[in-house]
Amino acid sequence: MAEVTKLIHKYLRHDKRFPHVWCPGCGIGIMLGALIRAIDRTGFGKDEIVMISGIGCTGRLPVYVDFNTLHTTHGRALTFATGVKLAKPKLKVIVIMGDGDAVAIGGNHFVHAARRNIDVTAVILNNSVYGMTGGQFSPTTPYGMRTTTTMYSNVEQAFKISELAITAGAAFVARGTVYHAKVLDGLFEKAFLKRGFSVVEVISHCHTQYGRLNRMGTAVEMMEWQREHAVTVEKAAQMTGEELRDKFRIGVLVDRELPVFENEYEKIRAIAKGMPTK
Amino acid sequence: MLKTVRSVSIADYAKSGVLILPLLSSRKRKAEERRGKTVRKKGQERLLQGNEAIVEGALRAGCRFFAGYPITPATEISELLSVRLPKVDGTFIQMEDEIASLGAVIGASLAGVKSMTATSGPGFSLMQENLGFACIAEVPCVVVNVMRGGPSTGLPTSPSQSDVMQARWGTHGDHPMIVLCPSTIRECYDLTIKAFNLSEKYRNPVILLVDEVIAHMREKIILDGDKPIDIFTRVKPTVPPEWYIPYEDTPTGIPAMADFGEGYRYHVTGLTHDTRGFPTSRPDEVDAFIRRLFRKISQNFTDMQMGEVFQTEDAEVAVIAYGCVARSAKRAVIDARERGIRAGLLKLNTIWPFMRTQVEKILHTSGCVIVPEMNMGQISREVKRVNKGTAKVFTINKVDGTIITPQEILGKIREVC
Repeated sequence: MAEVTKLIHKYLRHDKRFPHVWCPGCGIGIMLGALIRAIDRTGFGKDEIVMISGIGCTGRLPVYVDFNTLHTTHGRALTFATGVKLAKPKLKVIVIMGDGDAVAIGGNHFVHAARRNIDVTAVILNNSVYGMTGGQFSPTTPYGMRTTTTMYSNVEQAFKISELAITAGAAFVARGTVYHAKVLDGLFEKAFLKRGFSVVEVISHCHTQYGRLNRMGTAVEMMEWQREHAVTVEKAAQMTGEELRDKFRIGVLVDRELPVFENEYEKIRAIAKGMPTK
Repeated sequence: MLKTVRSVSIADYAKSGVLILPLLSSRKRKAEERRGKTVRKKGQERLLQGNEAIVEGALRAGCRFFAGYPITPATEISELLSVRLPKVDGTFIQMEDEIASLGAVIGASLAGVKSMTATSGPGFSLMQENLGFACIAEVPCVVVNVMRGGPSTGLPTSPSQSDVMQARWGTHGDHPMIVLCPSTIRECYDLTIKAFNLSEKYRNPVILLVDEVIAHMREKIILDGDKPIDIFTRVKPTVPPEWYIPYEDTPTGIPAMADFGEGYRYHVTGLTHDTRGFPTSRPDEVDAFIRRLFRKISQNFTDMQMGEVFQTEDAEVAVIAYGCVARSAKRAVIDARERGIRAGLLKLNTIWPFMRTQVEKILHTSGCVIVPEMNMGQISREVKRVNKGTAKVFTINKVDGTIITPQEILGKIREVC
C-alpha cells in the first residue's frame, strides 16, 4: 500500500485536479494505475514524458497526471503527437485515446501514424461505446448490441483495433484488459520501451451506459466477462477457430523491427546537407 | 504602421515594393557599406515567385517545422520546404490531411519549434478545427492560405479573395485573429517574417492570406542576406517551475510560454481553462479568459496593422484594396491622376484586425471610396460598417475567377467622380 501511495504522490496532480470525472467502477482508473506503474518501472523522468489525449472520458486522463500534458481536439491526438515527437525526438510521447477517438473520428490519423511508424505509444481504451456523450454506439460496438443510438439493435460490424494496427504497419501491438491489471503493467512497459509505433488496446467496460442498456450487470460482472472471454496469445495458439469464436486474444500480438520515421528522416537530413542550395 | 508612397510616375509604379539599387564597383560598394547603406550585391537579387518568397521569409524568421498536404496553388511552398528544411536541421512532413497538418504544427510549436503550414480554400476549411485550438491554447503558428475560388472545390485554381471572412471567423467560438495580406513579392517575404513575429509575440495563430496571382507571380527581390532584422521569439518563463502560471492574466495579456520538456510541466487543453491551464466552467474564470484573449490583440492594434497610403492627401476619390487588386488599384490611381482626377489608394496589408482608424480617416478626407475585391463584398462590408454615412462607398465585386484590371477600377473612378 505504501508503494502505491508513493506513486500517487509522485505522478498525480493530486492536490489540484481531484475528484476525477469518471464513474465509480470505471476501468479508466485501473488503466491509469497501470500506466503510472509502467512509467515508474521504465524510469522515464516526468519532464521527458508528454502525454497527449483526444476527447471523451479517456481523453480526460492527462489532466490528472504530472507530465507535460496536452488535451487536443477530438481524434487528432496522434497528429499533435507527431509534431511534438518530430520537434523534440528526445521526449517520450504517449497518446491516450478512447475507441471512438482513435478509430472513428481519428481513424485516418491512426492508420497513418502506424504506417509512418513514428516513435509514439498509442494507448487505446476500448469500452465499445461513447461514454461521455451518453452511450451512443462506436465503431467497436459489437453487432446486435443496444446503445442510445441503436436502441433496436446495432447492425454494423465492429472494428478490431489491434488487428487494424497490425495491418497498418505498427511495430508493436498488444492487447490487455482492465481485469488483468498486472498483465497490463507489463504490456505498457514493453510498449514504452519499443522504438517505433506501439499500440496497446485496453479492453474495458462502461457499466453506466453500455452495460446498463445490454443488461450486463455491474462493473464487477462486466470485468468477470473480460476474464471469461480473454485468452492469452500462447493459449490461443493451441485453440481451434471454433473455440476462439467469442474470445479475444490478450498479450503481445506483434513485436517487429521496422524502420522508424525519425531515424529515416535523420538520413534525409544528412543527404540534404550534402546537396548544394540553389 | 502606415507607409506613405508619394511617387506618381509609371516608372516608379513599376518599381513598387521592389528595392532597385545600382550595381556598384566593389570599392564603391565597400564605401557605401561603411556608411551603413543598403547595397546591391550580385547573388542577392532573385526573381522569385510569391510562394518562394514566403519560403525564404519563413526560413529567415526561424521556421524549422512544416507539415502540409498537397493542394494547388500552395504546393510550391511544400515542395521547396521539403528540400530546404532538412538542410537546416528542420523537419518537413507531409501529413494525411490538412487537419493532421495543423495538428502536427501545433504539436511542434508546443515543443518549442517555430512552425508553419500552407494550404488553399478546401484545406483551410479542414484546418478550422485546430485553428480554434491554437487560439484557445495560445500556440504560436503560421498558416498560409493561398486563396482560390470557392465554395467547396470551387475554382482550382483561379484567383479569388473570398476567404477574407473565413480567415476571421472560420473556426467556431469567439476568438481573435491576425490576418496579413501581401500584394508584392517583397511583401510576401516581409509579411511572412512579420507573421512569425506576431504569432510568437501574441501567442496567436497568424494567417497569411495570399491570392493565387501573388503566389504565382514573379518579381525581382533582393533578399536581405545576413543583415540583422527583427526576429521575435516567444517569451519564456523566468520563474522556477513551481511558480509558473502558464495562462497568467498579465497586464499585457500575453503569458510567458514554456516549451514541453523544459521542466515546466503544465496542461494544455482545448477546454476553457483557468490561469493554471486546467479546465474550468466557473463564470468568473471563463469571462476573464475570453476577455484576455481579445485584450492581448486589441491593446496592440498599432503593432500589427500595416498598410500603405498612396496619393491620399488631396484625394477626392479613394480606393481601398488589398492583395493583387491593390496593384491594379495603384495603376488606376496613377492613370486617374494623369486624367486630372484626384485619386488615392489605401492598401491594406493587415486585413484583421480591421484597420478601422486608417479607413475612417480615408472615408473622412475623401468622401468617396471604392472598394474593389474579388469576392461579393467581404471587406467593403467592413468599410460600410465603419463609414456611418460620412462617405459614399462603391464596390467592384468580381467573382468570375479573373483579376480586377486597372481599367475596371479606373472606369469606376471616372463614373463616381
